[in-house]
Amino acid sequence: MDIEAPALVIGVLPHGEHGAVVRFLTQEHGLVAGYVRGGRSRRLRPVLGIGNGVALQLHARLDSQLGSATAELGSSRAGLALDALGAASLEWLTSLTATLLTEGVPHPPLYSALDGLLEAMSLGVDPARAMAALARYELLLMTELGFGPDLSNCVVTGATTDLAYVSPKSSHAVSRGAGLPYASRLLPLPALLLGTDDAPSWDDVAAALHTTGYFLERDMLTGRLAALLPARARLTSLIARQQDAAVR
Amino acid sequence: MSSPEIDALAQALARLPGLGPRSARRAVLHLLKRRETALVPLIAALQSVAANLSTCEICGNVDTRNPCGVCTDPRRDVRQLCVVEEVADLWALDRSRLFPGRFHVLGGRLSALDGVTPEDLSIAALVARVRAGGIEEVVLAMNATIEGATTMHYIAEQLRGLGVRVMQLAHGMPVGGELDYLDEGTLAQALRARRLVD
Repeated sequence: MDIEAPALVIGVLPHGEHGAVVRFLTQEHGLVAGYVRGGRSRRLRPVLGIGNGVALQLHARLDSQLGSATAELGSSRAGLALDALGAASLEWLTSLTATLLTEGVPHPPLYSALDGLLEAMSLGVDPARAMAALARYELLLMTELGFGPDLSNCVVTGATTDLAYVSPKSSHAVSRGAGLPYASRLLPLPALLLGTDDAPSWDDVAAALHTTGYFLERDMLTGRLAALLPARARLTSLIARQQDAAVR
Repeated sequence: MSSPEIDALAQALARLPGLGPRSARRAVLHLLKRRETALVPLIAALQSVAANLSTCEICGNVDTRNPCGVCTDPRRDVRQLCVVEEVADLWALDRSRLFPGRFHVLGGRLSALDGVTPEDLSIAALVARVRAGGIEEVVLAMNATIEGATTMHYIAEQLRGLGVRVMQLAHGMPVGGELDYLDEGTLAQALRARRLVD
């Protein structure tokens, strides 16, 4: 196996005294792991920062072997760790991706979405828009893995417009008219999850994360994987603080 | 060919960080050759540490006294507290003798992938220590990793409203560093933390 591709650093596991087993997300090959000699050295530590974009070279004699990898820094996302929301988002996005994806299965839309989101956050895009993109990334991840709610039309009327709720039971969208009498038992479907809201508020972001969080927790982060949820709780508590600040 | 006892010693040493089988054998040979000046004092030192080793109930440092030498040192400024991830970090900072206050060891850092939550760290003990009063400044000396940053922001949030100044270590140009060789993340942090030349 020989891979030469742009990649995102998703996880770093120390190995021995100086080396590291690093997990990379690539567009064509999905999640791949490689041993990076000297990966924890002073020179390579900034290169292998979580979320960084790198030029990856991975070589393994057999596909089943752990390959040997080298990485050259393309774009650093170290600046994201400077503020609480950026650090919590980066940790959540990368650990979620590293946990849920299977190695060697390509998910090109996920790579593009994650790279674009991290780049936008690094460039200082409006935090509410960045968190809206984060919620959409969660939705995309669930959809890619076959667990995403069906938001194409209303489960009751078949309508494709004015979708306002998601049924927690059927994981299907519900239109405003059909869902209103049962609103308290349905999950909110803010327009940002449908990709039709360019200026989401913090309330919209919180509602979107509430909905994606419900399905993530119910369908994907169960059992051993539930250990990931406290990281998400830290992120959503920071978003709740932004919500409060916006109200004041 | 050596005896099983000597082999066992070499194997025990080879498990230490920084030593492999070959360097462990060299260390064993050194100890055997200098039995009185190296081996016997080493045994005495190891026995003494093993008999008295304890974790400080105040800061989490590892010492042969409880409370540890740092916490009982009357020359230290009790108004300043430095929070570190591991005992090794405390020792590294204390070696520099630049921080005059006391320390608090968390015992790790928050990590989603490793399933480390705030309950696994001594964050509650830190908050209780600050609440008890007498501390004016808390320096969060976490590693410059994403887990370190997440831990730092979480602790800062927990200490909010307790009337202490919460500080973090500066990030940026390392001493002796050359711009040409720095990664863009370090450069960005150095630029953001720029300051007036005195």
